[in-house]
Amino acid sequence: MKTLVLLKMVPDVVEELEVAGDGASLSRDFLRLIINERDENALEQALILKERHQGTVTVVAPDAPEVDDVLYTALARGADRVVKVTGLEEGVGSAEATVTVAAALSSVAGLLPVDLILTGCQAIDDLDGLVGPLVAHQLGLPYVGIVTGLDVHPGGMGRCLREYPGGVRGSFELDLPAVVGIQGAEKPPRYVPIAKVRAAMTSGTIETVAGSPPGALPLRVVEMKKPEVAERAEMIAGGLDDIASRVCEILAGRGLL
Amino acid sequence: MAQASVLEIPDLTLDGLLATPAGRELLSCIQCGTCAGTCPYGDFMRYTPRRLIGMLREGFIEEVLSTDDLLTCVTCYDCWAKCPRGLRLTDVLLPAVKEQVLLRLPEVPAELQSALANTMRYGNPMGESPRKRAAWVESAGVPVPILRDLGRPVDVLWIVECYTAYYPRGQDNARATARILHALGVDFAILGNEEKCVGECARLVGEKGLFDTLREQNAATYAKYEFGSLLTCDPHAFDALAYVYPALGLSRPVDHTTPFVAARLDALRPLLTKDLGYKITYHDSCVLGRHNHMHDEPRRILDALPGVSLVEMTHNRDNTICCGGGGGGMWLDTFYKAKGYPRLSDRRVEEALATGADVLAVSCPYEVPRFEDSLKVLGGDDRMVVRDVMELVAEALAD
Repeated sequence: MKTLVLLKMVPDVVEELEVAGDGASLSRDFLRLIINERDENALEQALILKERHQGTVTVVAPDAPEVDDVLYTALARGADRVVKVTGLEEGVGSAEATVTVAAALSSVAGLLPVDLILTGCQAIDDLDGLVGPLVAHQLGLPYVGIVTGLDVHPGGMGRCLREYPGGVRGSFELDLPAVVGIQGAEKPPRYVPIAKVRAAMTSGTIETVAGSPPGALPLRVVEMKKPEVAERAEMIAGGLDDIASRVCEILAGRGLL
Repeated sequence: MAQASVLEIPDLTLDGLLATPAGRELLSCIQCGTCAGTCPYGDFMRYTPRRLIGMLREGFIEEVLSTDDLLTCVTCYDCWAKCPRGLRLTDVLLPAVKEQVLLRLPEVPAELQSALANTMRYGNPMGESPRKRAAWVESAGVPVPILRDLGRPVDVLWIVECYTAYYPRGQDNARATARILHALGVDFAILGNEEKCVGECARLVGEKGLFDTLREQNAATYAKYEFGSLLTCDPHAFDALAYVYPALGLSRPVDHTTPFVAARLDALRPLLTKDLGYKITYHDSCVLGRHNHMHDEPRRILDALPGVSLVEMTHNRDNTICCGGGGGGMWLDTFYKAKGYPRLSDRRVEEALATGADVLAVSCPYEVPRFEDSLKVLGGDDRMVVRDVMELVAEALAD
């Protein structure tokens, strides 16, 4: 079975995010990028399926700062091939990057067709989860997202689980090949000791293919702003009686007493 | 008495252990079982150090490597201290085995996994921003120069380390140390945001690749500057800098804050004017105490504090009880709890409470959160507080 995993880097919120001078993007000064958590789960699910059914796992990611570390780590975890798509301008939006990567997939030697394409169903810079549907559209494949468990069966059939509110779970069958948006792998992404990552950095290879970024897309970021600080909290000071009467006053003022 | 010394074969692997004369010497065990009896988690191990060596010698290697037994080794140095053959179990043999265990573990416990991944990415196990490593300096009350900004050599480069730099109660230790260094007129600086975890606990839990990466990064950072000696608040960092980094190329005199201050007590004594009125019991940390035998230094400091009386716990000096935080234990509490193992710090705090002291003094930044948690769990937090020796010294300093 041939599985393709699409990874991408997202802003690491351990550092405080700042809006750049253009008012429509993030400042790159102190920005660090980290692998999209749901993509990491997609890779884990792909590796679980490889362990269960053999086959190969290829990882493709748009070029970005620190993406090499992520790709070498993917090799150390058990991926067979890692590819990065170059030619994207730094700080380019998620939709442009996705369209570029999808278009570049046919340039990756010996990759297509694949049986399964896995990617995260969302990212912190893509809450609508456009990567899966866009790639599926481009390749003419079916898409199912928000998946928390996935297996494949003989005869090119996949079965996946989706979670719904109230603890309800739905089981779906899908014809392969298909694109699946992973919310969570069956188990948390595996830890790979750094010695293995260092070995992958010495012996592994990151392939590159040139991408051609699309022209202006219908959706673009017009303005980016930090959340406005709400000033609704009032710290009540003083003795017990003062605090109690102030609390009563507030509640009465809102018609709650 | 076993003496800590520089690691001469820093790259010893399990294969090397079984194939080289130096490695095989480590297996020259007489199977007396003292290690198993003294190990604080020995009752819970299928393969205690004694059995483990026996299995390795007989070639049952995969059996040993396929259990998560060794994650219960909290590197307390008890087996090392009491081994009649003087084998380097804690810091050489067990980490070499643990490295292979970690490579084979189907699932690394989540808490440990995130601490190791954070240390790799952010240079600290808590996953805090590397840009905030020196944030505590603003509240230090005295100037704390950053070496890069200072632009000149210093006598002492102070490696603050992670728990002292980030953890709120650890920062109390950092602020206290800064005040003491000022009072002593020490020419010092810190690396600020350039500092990264020294990595000893990563090494001892078997994440050698992570340790190697940190060591390379740190050696490159230290090499950019001129300084006389290294000073650190963390006994684990002290061990790594004193015994492991030298074999890998970095060789500078290194001190821990407790012996550093003890050696300057005469200069400090006139400044220690505030009467503290505390009854203190001192906990010897496994690394500073049992591994480095620095038992008198902290006691000399505490004796010099006005209005302080010292009481000893039953287990003290080389016979101290481990807090359970070393060698990755700091990030395995949930793993031990899930297995139903006792919390070693609870055992220690019970003994501390029995002395009737009102302060439990420590010299290791791991012990503050561990013992404060145990005091709360055991209901002793209304009777006893935990303080680093440096915090107590700073408290006794005139304002």
